[in-house]
Amino acid sequence: MDTRERPLSPHLQVYKPQLTSILSLMHRMTGVALAVGTLLLVWWLVAASLGGEAFTTIQTIIGSWFGRLLLFGWTLALFYHLCNGIRHLFWDMGKGLDLPAAYRSGWIVIAAAIVLTISGWVCGYYSMGAL
Amino acid sequence: MAEFALPANSKVSNGKTHKAPDGATNIKRFQVYRYDPDSGDNPSVDTFEVDMDTCGPMVLDALIKIKNEMDSTLTFRRSCREGVCGSCAMNVDGSNTLSCIQAIDEIKGDAKIYPLPHMEVIKDLVPDLKRAYAQYTSIEPWLKTTSPPPSDKERLQSPEERAKLDGLWECVLCFCCSTSCPSYWWNGDRYLGPAALLQAYRWIADTRDEETGERLDNLEDPFRLYRCHTIMNCTKTCPKHLNPAQAISEVKKLMVVRR
Repeated sequence: MDTRERPLSPHLQVYKPQLTSILSLMHRMTGVALAVGTLLLVWWLVAASLGGEAFTTIQTIIGSWFGRLLLFGWTLALFYHLCNGIRHLFWDMGKGLDLPAAYRSGWIVIAAAIVLTISGWVCGYYSMGAL
Repeated sequence: MAEFALPANSKVSNGKTHKAPDGATNIKRFQVYRYDPDSGDNPSVDTFEVDMDTCGPMVLDALIKIKNEMDSTLTFRRSCREGVCGSCAMNVDGSNTLSCIQAIDEIKGDAKIYPLPHMEVIKDLVPDLKRAYAQYTSIEPWLKTTSPPPSDKERLQSPEERAKLDGLWECVLCFCCSTSCPSYWWNGDRYLGPAALLQAYRWIADTRDEETGERLDNLEDPFRLYRCHTIMNCTKTCPKHLNPAQAISEVKKLMVVRR
């Protein structure tokens, strides 16, 4: 009999993506994205303290279409992580753990994150007088 | 650290195609994971064209037909063929289930059949369950008492006390749930996984058991219990429609209550 190491059966390669695992993965990924986004916030604050020139530079970068795209992604990550975090708090209390409830709350979290992000940006542009 | 790709000796190649017999008109293709420990070759996926007009309705029926009529070397576990023994657990069409109660006509396109995910493969669809059984043993799945037993009768439960075990005792230990759990994939050496934890709760919830404290002590660990991140793949995949995520949550709640 061959004594070499047995192969490992396929896992991520074959397992069907489903709401349960995708939302959990997104929670982890948005958490990482938010940590990186916080560095951006620190950069912005440091620039503000350094004076006009540095602040103008970062305002130009963040204000560009690419900067705004990053900010949009960051707000979406923030609201998703927030809403799903609240979902986790309910789970930690032992509530909503049956499958239909978990799917319902999952879709609610997705919808809430999108609605909050878009209304946040609409409010932002409105207060700038751009709308 | 989680290893997301398969190791070199586990990469899957394309295998042989076994054609349906001449004259077959109702053909379903089964793509089946194959690994032969004696060949030294990497695993492969063989394609079997099965004549559905002469095949039973369940995935296990097709596997038995393939073994009987097309390739007798195909190896898989099976026993009861009605969802009570837990032997024929495998990954069918991307999620774990018992092949004997998975209807073939619920599968769109080719039926893809793999062993339970992220397990060492002994041969074809047979994973090594040694570690999973050891983890089950570690939760000491038997009634533990300190008080002397009643002299003239068993330790009794009221119907209400007995009802607390519903949704727990029905587990057939097929390990579909544990092997669907990404946390178990990455930390299966230290995390007990949903199957063993559901059983742990089965004995914690038993009103006759008198060592709840010791049982909780045994689970109070960053890995054994707390690698559960409520992903809920376990509950989604359980072929007996049990809820391991709920059971694990009950254990976590008891940990907080006893602080």
